[in-house]
Amino acid sequence: MTLKVRDLRVHYTTLAGDVRALDGVSFDIADGEIMGLAGESGCGKTTLGNSLVRLDGRMRHVGGSVELDGTELPIWDSVAMDRHRFHTISVVPQYAMSALNPTRKIGRMAAEVIQSRGIRYASVKDQFERRLALVGLPERVLDLYPMELSGGMKQRVVMILSTLLDPSLLIADEITSALDVSTQKAVAEALVGLRDNQFVKSMIVITHDLSILHEVADTILIMYAGHLAEKAPTDVIINGPRHPYTKLLISSLPEVGVRFAERRLVGIPGRPPSLLDPPAGCRFRARCPLADAQCEELPPLVEIEPGHQVACWKVG
Amino acid sequence: MGTLALEGVNKVYRVGTFGGQTMHAVKDVTFEARPGQIISLIGESGSGKSTIGKMILRLASVSSGRILYDGQDVATLKSRELKPYRRKVQGVFQDPFSSYNPIFKADRVFGLIRDGFFPEVKGADWDERVHKALQGVSLDPDGVLGKYPHQLSGGQLQRMLVARALLLDIEFLVADEIISMLDASTRVDVLNLLGDLKAGGLGVLFVTHDLSLGNYISDQAIILRKGRIVERGPTATVFDQPTHPYTRMLLASVPALHGGHDSGALGQMDVVRDRQACLYHERYPGGDATAPASQANPTMVEVSAGHLVTCATVDEGGGCLQGGARQTAG
Repeated sequence: MTLKVRDLRVHYTTLAGDVRALDGVSFDIADGEIMGLAGESGCGKTTLGNSLVRLDGRMRHVGGSVELDGTELPIWDSVAMDRHRFHTISVVPQYAMSALNPTRKIGRMAAEVIQSRGIRYASVKDQFERRLALVGLPERVLDLYPMELSGGMKQRVVMILSTLLDPSLLIADEITSALDVSTQKAVAEALVGLRDNQFVKSMIVITHDLSILHEVADTILIMYAGHLAEKAPTDVIINGPRHPYTKLLISSLPEVGVRFAERRLVGIPGRPPSLLDPPAGCRFRARCPLADAQCEELPPLVEIEPGHQVACWKVG
Repeated sequence: MGTLALEGVNKVYRVGTFGGQTMHAVKDVTFEARPGQIISLIGESGSGKSTIGKMILRLASVSSGRILYDGQDVATLKSRELKPYRRKVQGVFQDPFSSYNPIFKADRVFGLIRDGFFPEVKGADWDERVHKALQGVSLDPDGVLGKYPHQLSGGQLQRMLVARALLLDIEFLVADEIISMLDASTRVDVLNLLGDLKAGGLGVLFVTHDLSLGNYISDQAIILRKGRIVERGPTATVFDQPTHPYTRMLLASVPALHGGHDSGALGQMDVVRDRQACLYHERYPGGDATAPASQANPTMVEVSAGHLVTCATVDEGGGCLQGGARQTAG
């Protein structure tokens, strides 16, 4: 088991009170697993990704533990986490455009980043160039400024740089959202390539786009309002979801081939609850067509088949 | 109800220090939008799709060519004539959060319409119109009026902007990436709204980079590449029988929920392979009087009813093998 997260709670401190963005989340990721993490904006998916790497000033670790390769990560202690960042756990941020220093050539910037971690650039330079070639970037990008690269190329540079030390876990946060479809495909394939070449052991891919996850992920975790709704292998989530939220979400997606005139898709009425003072019980209750009195109690995440967990009273 | 027609529209931006360089953002774009029709304008970033929308709304000038609305050239409208035009043609843009002033209540956008266009309408009368427009976009008036933008969801704000446009009894709506910023669960509701408005006779130009959305909602599809229309026609035809290699490449890149990526040339059009089956050159062999004027400026050719395609090798550098070969042979 690479990653083991147990009852993780991370809140944001605001003037109005605590925003419970992550409220008791437990899951495992196996070796070599690419886990997709999907949900609407504000459901806590980016908070989950960030809290495994770095809690910023507003974020507060309230409870729960994170274990990576048998070692507990001190996620509440930013200084102690520094030993793990980049070495065992790494991140590809959403906007690679702003992750790269605009005043440095790619090669020099990479050298600075690597040396800041106490590693000699010369010892990893060959590997860096070899890996850039693997994702289709020529050696000359090292002599280019970030503004001379396209969005997809920058995204791939950041991906290679983040995984240069072969971390156990890579967190990719919305990395394809700002890209065109054809570049999106290239980046998605590069992402799977990182795992296949064993540059990273396992991966969390955060996105709101389920169709991208269908391409890259082995399992998908659906979040709703700070809670887990469902986790299952990709095919099960897409073709046989059990949680009412997942069902409605999947059926609201237009695909190539579906036309308004022939089949009218419907969205999910309502909006997610405020996490400042979330309702007790199932948080999807207010928008759920199946909800009844039982749902006022929080449904536990139950394994209904091997590898398929659902948090809903109406399932099973 | 008006028909919007673009005839050979070009847009050249001046870029660089002191505007020394030029960028040809839109090249020779011609199409017609009829009332009660949704046209999707599909292209990747930098394909000029938003520029076309802006030129229609008169937010950007036209470098050459004409945009006609009901036979009247939009570019020559004087400021006094512009107001009636804006009453008929309106736009809604990508980011609903930046379309509102955060320090005013969101319903101020309706008040501004009243001040600008209907100062003579009485208060109660106006409220009734606002309620009707909000119901037209399936919003509950009590739920959105008197609220600040941050209290409303992206889908609600975006629908309020459509309602604002509807207050003007518009005939044509330019919808520029209006659902890209919305969540999956509310996206389809805004799309369906466009479908319902279309049934009421509204013409819509749906600008998007998302092929599945364009396919879902539109009657006509236009595929843009580097400012040029490479393929256009009825949506079903363009998506079921994509002819231009670029269109095929785009469709192959779309991740499908129940299929998966097609294997194929990654991110590049396979021009050489497609030359063998270039429908363009079957209809347009070159070397005669009907040949394209130049490789850089080809004419579009109708490959089936209403389905137009341009030459695949334009902007790829080098001439077209097939066209060239036939030319020498003939």
